[in-house]
Amino acid sequence: MSEVLLANDLSIVRGERCLFEQLDFALNSGELLLIEGANGTGKTSLLRGIAGLLDFATGHVSWDGEKVLENYQLFRADLVWLSHRVGFKGELNLLENLRFESALRSSAAAEKNAVLERLGLVRLTALPFRYLSAGQQRRVALARMLLANARLWLMDEPYTNLDIAGRSLVADLIEEHLRGGGLCIVASHQPVEIAATTRRVMLA
Amino acid sequence: MSMQERELPPLLDGFNAIIRRDLMLAWKRPGDILNPLFFFAMVASLFPLAVGPSPEQLILNGPGVVWVAALLATLLSLNSLFLSDFEDGSLDQIILSPHPLPLLGLGKAAAHWLLNGLPLVLLSPVIAITYRMPAEVIGVMMLTLALGTVSLSLLGSIGAALTVGLSRGTALLSLLILPLAMPILIFGARTVSLAAEGDPVSAGIYFLAAYCMMALTLAPFATAAALKISNE
Repeated sequence: MSEVLLANDLSIVRGERCLFEQLDFALNSGELLLIEGANGTGKTSLLRGIAGLLDFATGHVSWDGEKVLENYQLFRADLVWLSHRVGFKGELNLLENLRFESALRSSAAAEKNAVLERLGLVRLTALPFRYLSAGQQRRVALARMLLANARLWLMDEPYTNLDIAGRSLVADLIEEHLRGGGLCIVASHQPVEIAATTRRVMLA
Repeated sequence: MSMQERELPPLLDGFNAIIRRDLMLAWKRPGDILNPLFFFAMVASLFPLAVGPSPEQLILNGPGVVWVAALLATLLSLNSLFLSDFEDGSLDQIILSPHPLPLLGLGKAAAHWLLNGLPLVLLSPVIAITYRMPAEVIGVMMLTLALGTVSLSLLGSIGAALTVGLSRGTALLSLLILPLAMPILIFGARTVSLAAEGDPVSAGIYFLAAYCMMALTLAPFATAAALKISNE
């Protein structure tokens, strides 16, 4: 079986600097890709490139055997993105924010209550988002990932701001997602302990 | 979690979602709308005090002043079009949604017009009365302003998208948009003047409508391309 996600000869140039070049990797359903490297080696840029927020100088990414560049929309329907900026509106409360997300992705939010329960957000639903702590805001971003029902999770530093319980929750969520046939790409400079087939990309 | 074959969502879902969210945000942060509107009312109503109250002078200057004030008020509000979405990371999520980006940009422009252009058009008769404009001239003025502000919201969304990543983009935004806005200003103000003189106005209105259609068809694509570049 051929890989679901395939990256060929990727390189990114930011300004005058080449962050990395000739990067190849592949990923199958149920597998985790860890992007490792020190600060400033291009972990976030690589993730943004895969998502299509940033253009690669060379190379391309294929999804289900089709070049992502040629069919961005279908690829985007399959992916969800967690970054250090959570991307919610401070004035709106948690439910209003998530309602916008599900309208944007046209995803049915049937499991919303269960997801909020699991992430410990049930009692925070009426508060404006900006009153939540950084860790709570991260948990709302995790709720978006779960509700999006996407096959590919792109996570940039998923453990940031989370407490110990939150970290193990993230690990559980990723493991469940992979067991369900999903794919996950994690960029982190912290050790990531996930019980799943793991491939690694080391950026230097 | 279901992993079935996924279809693309209905085309207008994202467009509607953006408009609904921006209206809700404006409801919770009314200052963003009221400031440009207040600016418009202030400039347009201070002018008669400065140039003198003679009716001939007022009716002569009125259309031009109202139009300049409307243009500047719109420019003032354009700067924030994508700014907060850019800063809190919402822009990433919007770009990564499965909807075509031009349509989402169009949603932002539409929300901008509903929140800035439309209130301005609705407020303009009050201003026009201070210039002693007769009712039929007020009608023409509102029509030209409606067509003009739609165009400005659309063209402005290109400029706002281009300058969103820059720390001091306001001046640059005005510089980018003003040349494109000149025809709107010239035809808009002139058409209202013609109406005040009792001359036929249809030519100017057709021009503004055509300009508006052009902006409507081209601007969303330019906005999408600009957003992609700015958000890299």
